[in-house]
Amino acid sequence: MKYILKKVAIFLITLLGISVLVFLAFQIIPGDPTTRMLGTQATPEKVALLREQLGLNEPAVLRYFKWLVGFVKGDYGTSYSYNIPVSELLSGKIAITAALSGISFIMVLVISLPLGVILARFAHSIPDRIISVLNQIIMSIPAFFIGIIFTYVFGLIFKLFTPGDFIPYAEDPSKFWSFLVFPALAIALPKSAMVIKLLRSSMVKEMSEDYVRTAYSRGNSRWQVLSRHVMRNAIIPVITFLAVTLVDIIAGSIIIEQVFAIPGMGRLLLASIIGRDLPVVQTIIMIISIAVISVNYIADISYKYIDPRIRFR
Amino acid sequence: MRHLRKILALSLAILMLSAALSACSGGKTNEASPQSTAETTQPQVSAEPVIGGELTVGIAQDLDDTLDPQKMVSAGTREVLFNVYEGLVKPDTKGNLIPAVASDYKISDTGDTFTFTLRDSVKFHNGNVVTVKDVVYSIKRAAGLDTGETLIDGFDAVKSVEAPDEKTVVVTLKEPNIEFLALFTAAIIPDGNDPTKETVGTGPFKFISRSPQENIVLENFSDYWGTPANVDKVTYKIIDNAETLVMSLKSGAVDLVAHLTSAQVKELGEGFTIMEGTMNLVQAVYINNTKEPFNNVKVRQALSYAIDRGAIMDYLADGRGALVGSSMYPAFQKYFKPELVDYYTYDTEKAKQLLRDAGYPDGFEMSITVPSNYQPHVDTAQVIAEQLKAIGVTVNIDLVDWGTWLSKVYQGRDYQSTVIGVDASMMTARAMLERFSSDSGSNFTNFSDPEYDKVFKEAIASTDDEKQVELYKQLQTILTEDAANLYIQDMCDLVAMGNGLQGYEFYPIYVMDLSKVYFTK
Repeated sequence: MKYILKKVAIFLITLLGISVLVFLAFQIIPGDPTTRMLGTQATPEKVALLREQLGLNEPAVLRYFKWLVGFVKGDYGTSYSYNIPVSELLSGKIAITAALSGISFIMVLVISLPLGVILARFAHSIPDRIISVLNQIIMSIPAFFIGIIFTYVFGLIFKLFTPGDFIPYAEDPSKFWSFLVFPALAIALPKSAMVIKLLRSSMVKEMSEDYVRTAYSRGNSRWQVLSRHVMRNAIIPVITFLAVTLVDIIAGSIIIEQVFAIPGMGRLLLASIIGRDLPVVQTIIMIISIAVISVNYIADISYKYIDPRIRFR
Repeated sequence: MRHLRKILALSLAILMLSAALSACSGGKTNEASPQSTAETTQPQVSAEPVIGGELTVGIAQDLDDTLDPQKMVSAGTREVLFNVYEGLVKPDTKGNLIPAVASDYKISDTGDTFTFTLRDSVKFHNGNVVTVKDVVYSIKRAAGLDTGETLIDGFDAVKSVEAPDEKTVVVTLKEPNIEFLALFTAAIIPDGNDPTKETVGTGPFKFISRSPQENIVLENFSDYWGTPANVDKVTYKIIDNAETLVMSLKSGAVDLVAHLTSAQVKELGEGFTIMEGTMNLVQAVYINNTKEPFNNVKVRQALSYAIDRGAIMDYLADGRGALVGSSMYPAFQKYFKPELVDYYTYDTEKAKQLLRDAGYPDGFEMSITVPSNYQPHVDTAQVIAEQLKAIGVTVNIDLVDWGTWLSKVYQGRDYQSTVIGVDASMMTARAMLERFSSDSGSNFTNFSDPEYDKVFKEAIASTDDEKQVELYKQLQTILTEDAANLYIQDMCDLVAMGNGLQGYEFYPIYVMDLSKVYFTK
């Protein structure tokens, strides 16, 4: 109970800190929403008038607290660029980014867990070495570049999808999912390579431990030893890494959304930063922060179930 | 087991290799066809037009300033809403103003009264007929007669708007201004309408929906008063990544993209109709004329001589584009002064001499601030930095985002020099030249010359068209002789159309008319 209270308190303080930082950043960088809205037609009089209309003339501290009170009450403000409530603006976008990140994460699990175990099982064999080298190469290619290659290879040559032709879920769910496959894979590949490498080396290390010999001597088969004993011990550092990976995937989808022209949260975030659309940026950063912190907590909690020796303090 | 492992490894290796190979060959085909694709048109020779069809246009920027046609400021927004809204008059492809919502207009000899006769039964997209009430409301709104807030630059010159009968609207200006007709391209909207809440115009396309950072959907307006559009539906897809934009064209996901670079066009390969026009802007190194050492005219002239504009155009677009010598672009034929184009020819010796005369025999250090999202401007700055080394001038390029550029450079005037393209939001010479008069709010170059101010005042007050044109030309000459900025070019505008699309036409201002394009069989 005390543990949970402590975690919740840290959670809230972290969020508060992040929101202050974002707000501060927007006070420091040149320009405000009027910059984009008035563009090259801006005159000092027009800027002053629009700032007045948008309520930007109030002191920064007051504006921050107004935003904070609104946010707590569930009012996320109105986008300057689109003149609609932020909640309305974001509702469709979050789902797209969540879907993309979700598929991507599942792909990482599906690709890397079996491959990591298999490679550990056949460690130092020739296929293991070949795959390790490939792994190293894939790991070092940024996701956006893989995205561009995928678009050429699978989009333009093999025509497995139509580059640039994102279909909203409401229009055709199956086309929506199938369009997301390649972007998700582009994010998942380099991440999978890292997880494979980590899982393999973690398992190889565990396999030389004494308890493994004991397990063998009790008559367990090789696979039984691997899955019941070695895996449990080897997976702890991997879970920490998977949590980091999930966070990376969410960040990676921001870039991939640009490459595949997916109208998700990431594109909106970038556009809103350029447009100095603070209410939108604040809300998106809050959502991402909540996701990141939650993922880390879930990782913490999952340790306990995998390894009962780990206690919460 | 051992066998399976081998097969697995082998098939994996083959998969990887084939992916890598096809990626290579994909790259090669593009390189192998260099110049041929850059030429205009090739696919169907006698293509038969088809009425109807759904058109998808790729645009790099969302309409995120506003959807209000009287408040919009970004060129990208103007370009899209041109298809939805119309004014009393509208521009044609030659740059003339032709009647639109009005069927006829008269300008008084004094140059301060404009009388419009409404066209019969022009309909709004909501089905209502346009009345004088709507027109009066629209113009009053733009001028801010009731609110005190002028929405469109220049409309503060309006003194009154009246409708003496059901068909006539009379606009009176505070002072004579024969150029003001161009401002009546301002959108006519229904009486009481708030365009940010409801998009209702009279143009060939009606607004259906938008999804931020995703798309904007328009539909052919069947009750349009003029020549109806050819296609049934237009979807603008917002694709901000340059690479993705090209691939979307190649995959057929979009049919038309404008403002491509020649590198992008080369990448497209065959099967596309490529049209070449100009962007209708003046690209230059704009100079903060009050900052040391640019407050010295000799320094500005030296820099003008030290820039090889041909090399810039070669680098940017294989030599495409049109040279300019002052703040006016060639498509503005009426005002453009061709003699000024080659006033400063590339001559580093002359440049060095001028620098010596100015007291900078060893050159100096300067910075060029460039918005990072406009690759052509960034490239230009880089070429110039290289060129200026020859006369001992060291250039630091300062990349900033668009918001920072607007607030620091344009509004704050806190910069030394910048590469940018300046266009005209209205088809008037004044829109190009007003910003260099000393007291202009948009004079971001801080140019100040008493002679210029005097001629400018004379020009805008003139009610004689011929004399006015002459005065505007005189203003351009002053800008050139004073080397107010380092003028480069009107950049080329490349439009690519796939899927058998034809019929694109360029305008002398930055708009994109989609009513004329059509698919072919």
